[in-house]
Amino acid sequence: MSAASPVIERGTAASRIAGFGVAIIILLLAVAPQFLSAGAVDRMTALFIYVILAAMWNALAGFGGLVSVGQQVFFGLGAYFAIRLANAGLNPFVSLFASAVIVGAVSWPISLFMLRLKNGEFAIGMWVIAALTHLLVNLDRLIQGETGTSLISLNVYDASTRRVAIYWLALASMTALLAILFGLLRGSTGAAIRAIRDNEDAAASIGVRVTGTKRLLFVLAAFGIGVAGALWLATSITFQPKTYFSVQWTAYMIFMVLVGGIGTFEGAILGALLFFIIETWFGGTGVWYLIGLGATALIFSLLLPRGLWGTLEERFGWRLLSVGYRVRLPVNASDTTGGTPSPAQVTTSREKA
Amino acid sequence: MSNQIVQGILLGGYYALIACGLSFMFSVMRIINLAHGSLAVLSAFALWLLASRFHIPPFLGLLIVLPLMAVIGGALQRFLLERSARGGALLPILTTFGLAIVIDNVLFEQFGANTRSLAPFIGSLSYDSWEWPGSIYVGKLAVIIFITAVVLLGGLQLFLTRTGLGRSIRATSEDPDTAGLVGVDAQRANAVAAAIAMVTVGLAGAFLGMRATFDPYAGATQLLFAFEAAVIGGAGSLWGTLVGGIVLALAQTLGAKIHPQGFLIGGHVAFLIVLFIRLYTSGLGLRGLLRFSTGKVS
Amino acid sequence: MSLLSVEDLVVRHGLLQAVRGVTFGIERGETLALVGANGAGKTTLLRAIAGAHQAASGRVGFDGADLSGMPSHERVRKGIALVPEGRRLFVQMTVEENLLLGRAGGRPGDWSVDKVLDTFPNLKPRRHAKAGHLSGGEQQATAIGRALMSNPDLLLLDEVSLGLSPLVVDRVYASLQGLISSGTTIILVEQDLNRALSVSNKVICMLEGRIVLAGDSKSVSRDEVTKAYFGLHRKAAGGVPA
Repeated sequence: MSAASPVIERGTAASRIAGFGVAIIILLLAVAPQFLSAGAVDRMTALFIYVILAAMWNALAGFGGLVSVGQQVFFGLGAYFAIRLANAGLNPFVSLFASAVIVGAVSWPISLFMLRLKNGEFAIGMWVIAALTHLLVNLDRLIQGETGTSLISLNVYDASTRRVAIYWLALASMTALLAILFGLLRGSTGAAIRAIRDNEDAAASIGVRVTGTKRLLFVLAAFGIGVAGALWLATSITFQPKTYFSVQWTAYMIFMVLVGGIGTFEGAILGALLFFIIETWFGGTGVWYLIGLGATALIFSLLLPRGLWGTLEERFGWRLLSVGYRVRLPVNASDTTGGTPSPAQVTTSREKA
Repeated sequence: MSNQIVQGILLGGYYALIACGLSFMFSVMRIINLAHGSLAVLSAFALWLLASRFHIPPFLGLLIVLPLMAVIGGALQRFLLERSARGGALLPILTTFGLAIVIDNVLFEQFGANTRSLAPFIGSLSYDSWEWPGSIYVGKLAVIIFITAVVLLGGLQLFLTRTGLGRSIRATSEDPDTAGLVGVDAQRANAVAAAIAMVTVGLAGAFLGMRATFDPYAGATQLLFAFEAAVIGGAGSLWGTLVGGIVLALAQTLGAKIHPQGFLIGGHVAFLIVLFIRLYTSGLGLRGLLRFSTGKVS
Repeated sequence: MSLLSVEDLVVRHGLLQAVRGVTFGIERGETLALVGANGAGKTTLLRAIAGAHQAASGRVGFDGADLSGMPSHERVRKGIALVPEGRRLFVQMTVEENLLLGRAGGRPGDWSVDKVLDTFPNLKPRRHAKAGHLSGGEQQATAIGRALMSNPDLLLLDEVSLGLSPLVVDRVYASLQGLISSGTTIILVEQDLNRALSVSNKVICMLEGRIVLAGDSKSVSRDEVTKAYFGLHRKAAGGVPA
C-alpha cells in the first residue's frame, strides 16, 4: 500500500449547487399555480403524487431490500381512512393527513408479521394483505362495495381554491417526505440502511439493527403512500375500492423506480418524471401503454437493473444530492494485487447511494 | 354441511394443481414466479381460442397447449429467470411481475374484457354429477380435477426420486455449483424443471377455464391462490401442496357460509393464520416457507 | 503428451488474484501432490481445472483439447472429476442417489454403485441413508465414490483428510492407494506433507498464487518443501517479486 491515504469527502461541489437548485425549484413550483391552467395544476399535482410513490417504494425496495407488490394496500387505506374521518365530521383537509398517520400506525403491526418473510414471500404476502384489505373495505356499508363513495365534504370549497390547495398540499407533502428520506439516509440510520442494502447478513453481524431499520422504512413507506392515496382521493373526490386497491399502483411504483434507478435517491424522482411524461404522451393509448410499461420494467430489470440514474452515476461518478460519504482512493492504492486498475475500479470504491 | 366439505376438498385439488408448479419452481430455482397466474390464464385463453375458432375440444387442445407451455417454460428460464437471478434475489420478482403485466394486458388487447369459459366446449361434463350416499352430488369435472392433481403430484414425486433427470433437478436445487462439478448440466436441469412447472400451469389453466370463468386479469387471483395453498401446505412434501389446497378451499367454503362476501376473505384469513402460527412456533428464521424436500420426509 | 497441461493460468476472485500465472503438466498415471499454506491458491487452482472458476487468462489443456470457457459439467464429460473441499454432498439425498448423480455426465466405464461400495465397504450398510446423516469418513468415501462414478481420467482431490480422525484418514488413503495402483491419474491437495509426499510421485508447492517448487516426490527433500511452503525458498525458485 502506498503512502497516499484515501480522501473522505462529504458531498461534492455539484451536490452543493444541486442543493441550491432544489430550493429554487421548490420555490418556483410553489408559485407556479399563478401561471398554470387548471388542467396543468391537476397534472402537476399528479406528478407530485408519483414522486411520493416512487420515493416511498424505493425507500422500501431500494434501501430496505424489501420488494413488495402489495403497496397498493396503503394507497387504498390512505383514501379509505380519509373518507371515514371526513364522514365522522373531521375537516376533509385535516382528514387527509390524519388518515396517513393512521395508515402508518396500522403498518406497524403488519410489519411485525410481514418482515419475517423473505424476498418473494414478502412480496406476494403483501399482495395477499392488499387483497384481503380490499375485500374488508368493501364490507364497509359506507363504501357500498365496489360502488364506492365520494369525499363529499370537500365539495364545500370552490373548485379553484380546492385545486390550488391540493396542489400545495401535494407539493409540501412531497418535499417533506423527500426531506425525511434524505435526512434518514444522511444520518446514522443511512449508514445502517446502506450496510443492509449491500449485505444484510454482514450488517447484522457487525451489530446493525437490521429489523428495526427495515421496520422504520416499512412504516415510512406506508405513511408516505398513505399520504399519496389520500391526496389522490382529494384530487378525484370519488373512492372506488377497485381503483385504489389495484395492483396497478404498485406496477407504477416499480416502473418508476426500476427505470429511474433502484436504490438511488435521485433515481426515483427521475423515474417519476419519466413516468409522468410517458403517461402524458401515451396514457391515451390504453392497453398498449400498460403493455409498454410492463415490457419496459421487464427490459430494465434484465438489461439495466441499476436504472438510468444508477447507470449514469456509475459511468460518470455523478452525485447531486449527497446522502453519504465518498472515499476517493489514490490511483495506486488498489494496485497491490498486481493488476492495473481500470478507471472504473477507482470510481466504484466510492460509496454508492 | 358434509356436502360442502366434500366440495371443498375437491376444489382443493384444483388449488393443489395450480400451486404445485409455483412451489416446484421455487424449490428448484428459488424464484417465485409472479407471472404464474397469468401464464395459467394464458393457457386457458389458448384453449378457448382453439375451441371457439378451430373447434378443437379443450381436452384435445391440451395436446397442443401443454407442449407449448413446456417450450414457454424452457424459454422463460433460459432468457428471463436465469439472467435476472444472477442479479440477486430481488430482481426475478420484478422481472416476473413485469412479465405478468405484459401477459395480462396483451390478453386484454387480444380478447377484450369479456369473461370466458371453456365449459361450453366440454359438453355435459361441466354440469354432470354423481350422487354419493347422503345425497351428496359431486361434479364429475371436480372429481377429474382432483384425480389429476393426485396423479400429477404422485408422478412428479416419482420423477424426482426415481429418474436420473429428476435427481439432477434435485441436485441443482440443493447446490447448483456442486451439481455442475459432478457432471449435471444445471442450466438444462433448470430449463426442464421450468418446462415441467409450466406444463402443470397449463393444466391448471385448462381446469380453471372448465370449472369457472376467466378474464385477462384473472391471473393475479390465481397467483394468490397458488401461493396461499403452497405456503399453507408448507415445507413438507409435494403432498403438502394437496393438503394446502384443501385447507384453502375449506376455509373459503367456511368463509362463504359466514358471509356472502366471505369466500375469498376466508381463504386469505386462513393463509395468514397458518403463516402466523408457522412463524411464531417454529422459531427458525424460515428461509423459504415454500421449500419442500422432494425426498422422503425424514 | 501430457494428460493435463496448465499454461500461465490466472484466476481472479473479484479484484484478488488467487492464481497468478501457473504452469505445469501431468502425465497419465501420475499422482501429483499440491501443497502450500492456506490461501496459497491450491483450491482455486483445482476448481479452475474442474471449471468451477473460469480463468481470467491462460489455458487449461486436457487430453489434447482446450478447456477454456468450458463449463464444469462438460469437463466431467471430458473426464475430469473433482472431490471438492468439504465434500459438498447433496445432504437431502441418499448415498446411492449421490453416487448415481456421478453418472449424470454419462461417460462410459466400469464404475458402478456396487463397485464403489466394494471399494469403500464401510458405505455398504449406509446405501439408503441420507448423506446428511453420515459420519465424516462415510461422507468422504461417498464424495470420492461420486467422483469415480463419472469414470474420470483425472481425479482432483481437495483436502480429503480435512476434519477426519487419523484412523479414518488412513482408511481413505488405503482406498486411494488402490486407485493409484490401478492407474488413475490424480492431483491431490493435502495439508499433511509426509502423507502428500509418500502417496505421490510428483509434488508442487504453491505460495501466494504461484508455484515456488516443483519436483519429484522421491528426490525432493522434506526440508526443501517446508522452506518453499513458508516462502523461504522463493529466491531459489526465482521470478517471484517481493
